[in-house]
Formats: sequence, structure tokens, C-alpha cells
Amino acid sequence: MCSPKDWNAQKGFYFEKLTAAHEISTVSQDIVDEFAFFEDWLDRYEHLIDLGRELPILDDAFRTNEYRIRGCQAQVWLHPSRINGLVYFTADSDAMITKGLIALLIRVLDGRTGDEIMNADLSFLDAIGMKEHLSPTRKNGLDAMIKQIKLYALALSSQANQS
Amino acid sequence: MRESSHREFEGTVLEDRVEQIRSSFPILSRAVHEHPLVYLDNAASSQKPDVVIDRISRYYREQHSNVHRGVHALSQEATDAYEEARDTVCEFIGADDRSEIIFTKGTTDAINLVAFSYAGRMLEEGDEIVLTQMEHHSNIVPWQLACEISGAIIKVVPVEEDGSLNYEEYEKSLSERTRLVAVTHVSNSLGTVNPVKRMISDAHGLDIPVLIDGAQAVSHMPVNVCELDADFYCFSGHKMYGPTGIGVLYGKQELLNRMPPYQGGGDMIESVSFEGSSFNSLPHKFEAGTPNIAGAIGLAAAMDFIRETGFDFITDHETRLLHHAHEKLQAFDRLRIIGTAPEKISVVSFLLGDSHPYDVATLLDRLGIAVRSGHHCTQPVMARYGIPGTVRASFALYNTIDEIDVLAEGLERAEGILF
Ligand SMILES: Cc1ncc(COP(=O)(O)O)c(C=O)c1O
Repeated sequence: MCSPKDWNAQKGFYFEKLTAAHEISTVSQDIVDEFAFFEDWLDRYEHLIDLGRELPILDDAFRTNEYRIRGCQAQVWLHPSRINGLVYFTADSDAMITKGLIALLIRVLDGRTGDEIMNADLSFLDAIGMKEHLSPTRKNGLDAMIKQIKLYALALSSQANQS
Repeated sequence: MRESSHREFEGTVLEDRVEQIRSSFPILSRAVHEHPLVYLDNAASSQKPDVVIDRISRYYREQHSNVHRGVHALSQEATDAYEEARDTVCEFIGADDRSEIIFTKGTTDAINLVAFSYAGRMLEEGDEIVLTQMEHHSNIVPWQLACEISGAIIKVVPVEEDGSLNYEEYEKSLSERTRLVAVTHVSNSLGTVNPVKRMISDAHGLDIPVLIDGAQAVSHMPVNVCELDADFYCFSGHKMYGPTGIGVLYGKQELLNRMPPYQGGGDMIESVSFEGSSFNSLPHKFEAGTPNIAGAIGLAAAMDFIRETGFDFITDHETRLLHHAHEKLQAFDRLRIIGTAPEKISVVSFLLGDSHPYDVATLLDRLGIAVRSGHHCTQPVMARYGIPGTVRASFALYNTIDEIDVLAEGLERAEGILF
């Protein structure tokens, strides 16, 4: 059993920015395959945390209440931007599991159109067993993060339509 | 040499006893995430032994009816069982009189009862309520609401770095405007045991009544309200091996008689007409509506269970658990224990480096270890330490030394992942 720390090396894993050419379903399946590789749950979490560590640093200017997502036990900040009609996100959290979860969402949803984001099938979260973080009782706020991402997508795409 | 082998022997005897006790808590044999459950969230709620579960089940199968209302046999039996439960509580906490035992939904409900009843008639603008910085939200917010209604104000006694109360500040906070002191017997987030007997005696020196929040005390140490001379003592059934939805307000008769009712309804009245109603005597004056009959009976069964187990054993064993936990956790270089007061029981709150308590608790959960993460409904004391929360392991009489070792191993794994 290899440890998540050797994962990148072993599988030639990539972190480069996704382009819209990658279907959501393809990226999701990649994630599912990756997580299936780890039998031990703690190794899955370690991998998740490693993914969070790879997130680009969130500009301090966005670490404010305005960009904070409510409903999480941990603090989470999410900043959206629109470039050439596509929506991009940067994010951070003071909890590493939470940061890992948001890194997964960004990996799947970054650089897409508002419509794509709003209609995205995120069932990969089920498939990798992170669904419990969606339960309201966990107060992790993955659900809140997804809602916020979709809200931003909606806002930015309607802005785009108006202009 | 003899001393230590003697201790070892005692240790083995204790462990055997614990194994025997564990077998009477059915939930403890279940697995969580394919690991044996290690339940260390007892300060939030403890698990239930067969005797409690069976008693509640027997009540519903054989005895249920409404209480205080019918002449028929079942209503009599249910009333007898419910009122016997009151006797059990009375004896368990050493109260003088059964009319001083009021069944509530829990600690929160008991404190609200006193706060709102006080706000109605016994507090005036500028009066003072003394609380401490380590109170649970349920011993803060009801007083804030009572103050909003009455114009009274809250004074807060600060907590020292080690988690003990600043006694000098407590003494200073008492004044001729103080109408009540409300303080927790044991802190649920730090484990600190407050010197409530002395606090009560000092307050009484100024004729100030004292309410004790005993939620975290009653399952861990013998409590005698008369010996303490407490004016009010509140606790919850579910933290002492009893059911949820039941708790107790003990109050001195003289005070309870002066207080106006908190809720109106059936059972709490003597007569009702649209011109006005007269109220039933204690304790019924404060028990409006059909009470939690099964809860009260289950609570009595839990108290019998504790009494039969014995506080000698409970305090011995839980002290060993606490010491072992401190020893194990102190071995982690980057671990910081929050709350190290000399008088401390059953709770270890900590932070692992700068990691978020949520991460640590989530990883431990995957190993079947149930701990709590967050502010534990004590935000003011978390703010005092400048932290948003902690990881909290809290013990009950069925926990084992081995389980604490499992916790320490789990923390090693979590540390490996998080750092
Ligand atoms: C010290 C303290 N007071 C009050 C409460 C509230 O108890 P309950 O939720 O059972 O009403 C708790 C429970 O967490 C507690 O630990």
C-alpha cells in the first residue's frame, strides 16, 4: 500500500488548471478512481488534505466576511472571478479537510460556464464516500459551499448576459 | 514495591469491574466505521444501561397512562411510579423534601424556569446577576433574556489561565444589588470543578441565593444539595445514563413558593376560571401539562444504577482515566491541553498544534473514536483563550484505560496526516 504522499509520483498525478475541454464527468471519474485506490479511510483523508494543500493561495484581501461561507464549523472563504465568460474560484479554510473538499469542488467546477456549474452533477462526492460531509448534522458545510459556488455562478453568468 | 503491586492489583480489579459494567451498556459493543466504538463524548450525553432501557420499555408495555388525573388502576400505577421517581431524585441529591424536586426537560429548561420566573417578579432595573466566564450558553442566554425583560445586568467572573475561577474577582462581584449567582459546578469544556460550597457560603453572607448548574457533576461525584446549601440545583437525565428530555430543578421551598409560575396549563392549577386561576402547590405549580413520565421513571432507574455502582468506584476509576489521559496526551509535543485546574474531572479539552478541532475529530471518527469538536456551547471561555474551539474527550464510568490508549494512537495517526 503506498501512502498518499507518494501518490503523485506513482500515478503521474496532475494539478494543472483544467480547461473546459475536460468534461465534468471525466474529471469526476478521475477523482473517483483516485480515491478508490486508497483502501484505508485515513489514507483517503490524507489524500484529500494533500489536494487542499495544493490549492493556490487565496489573496488576503478576500479573507473577509464578504467571502466567508456561513454554515460551516470551520471558516471557509470562497472568491469567484469571471474570465472570458468562464467562472474561476479561489478558496481557503482553516480546517484542512474542509479545504480538501473545496479543492475537489474547484477541480471539477473551475473554468466552466455558469450554466455548466449550476447543472453540474456532483454525485462523485457520494462515490468517494464524502457524502456524510453533506449531511446537515456534520455542519461541515460542504452543502453550503456547493450552494455558494452555484450562487456565484448564477450571479456571474447573469451579469455576463446583461453586459 | 508492595505499594505498586498493590496498586496493580487494584487496577486489575477495577478493569474487571469496568468490563462487567460495559456489558450492561448494549451500544458499547457496536462498531463504528468498522472499528470498535470508543465513546468519549460523555459530557455531551452518556450511553444508557439495560436497566434504564428496560425500565422505560416496561413502563410503556405495562404501566402507561396519564398521571395525577384518573382514578383507574393504570393512572394510579403511572402516578405512583412517577412520584416514586421524584422520591428517588430527592434522595439522590439529598434534598429535604420531595416538593422541592421539579421535573423539567433538562438543565436548560430548569435554568430557563428560574430565569423567567425571576424576570417576572423578582428582578428590577439595575439588579445584578453574577455568572462566570466558563458558563455553558444555557446558563448565559436565559439570564440575558431575563435581563432584557427586567433591566437587570450581568456581571461575569473571569477564569484564570489554568481554567480555575478567579476567586478574588468572584468575591468582588458580589454586591447589595446582586439578586442571584448562577455558576456551573463542573465546566463542560475545561473540566474545572468550581468551589461551589464556598461560593454559596460567601453569597449567603450577603443573602444572595445561588443557582448551581450541575449538568456535568451529578454523574461523576456525590452531590448533596443540603450540604452545599444550594438554593437551586439543575441537571439533565441524559448526561447521567438516563433518558433525554428529562431533567431536574431542585429549589428551596421558600424560594420556589415566592416565584411565580413559568408556564401555565393543566396540572399546575388548583382552580381555573376566566376571572383568574389559583395555582397548585409545589412541585406541581412548576410542572404544567402532561410531564415526561417515562423520562422521570427512566431517570430514577439511572440514579439507582449509579447508586448501586457506587461513587467510590466511579470517582476512583474516572480519576485514573483522567490522569492516564493527561499523561498520554502530554507526550505529544504539539498538543496543548486547555483547562488544567487542580480541581478537575472527566473532561480533557485540547488542541493539536494549529490544526482545526474539526479535522482531528473527523479523523478520529474514522477510527471509531467519538470525541467532540467545537466551542462546546461555551464561546465566552473559548474567547478567553483566544481559540474558536477544542477537541474534547470526556469520560464516563464505562470507559477504559485501553480506550484512552486507542485515542492516543488515533491522535498519532491524525498528527501524521495533519502535520
Ligand atoms: C455545564 C452544562 N450546562 C448545561 C448544559 C445543557 O444541558 P441540556 O442540553 O441537557 O439542557 C450542558 C450540556 O451540554 C452542560 O454541559
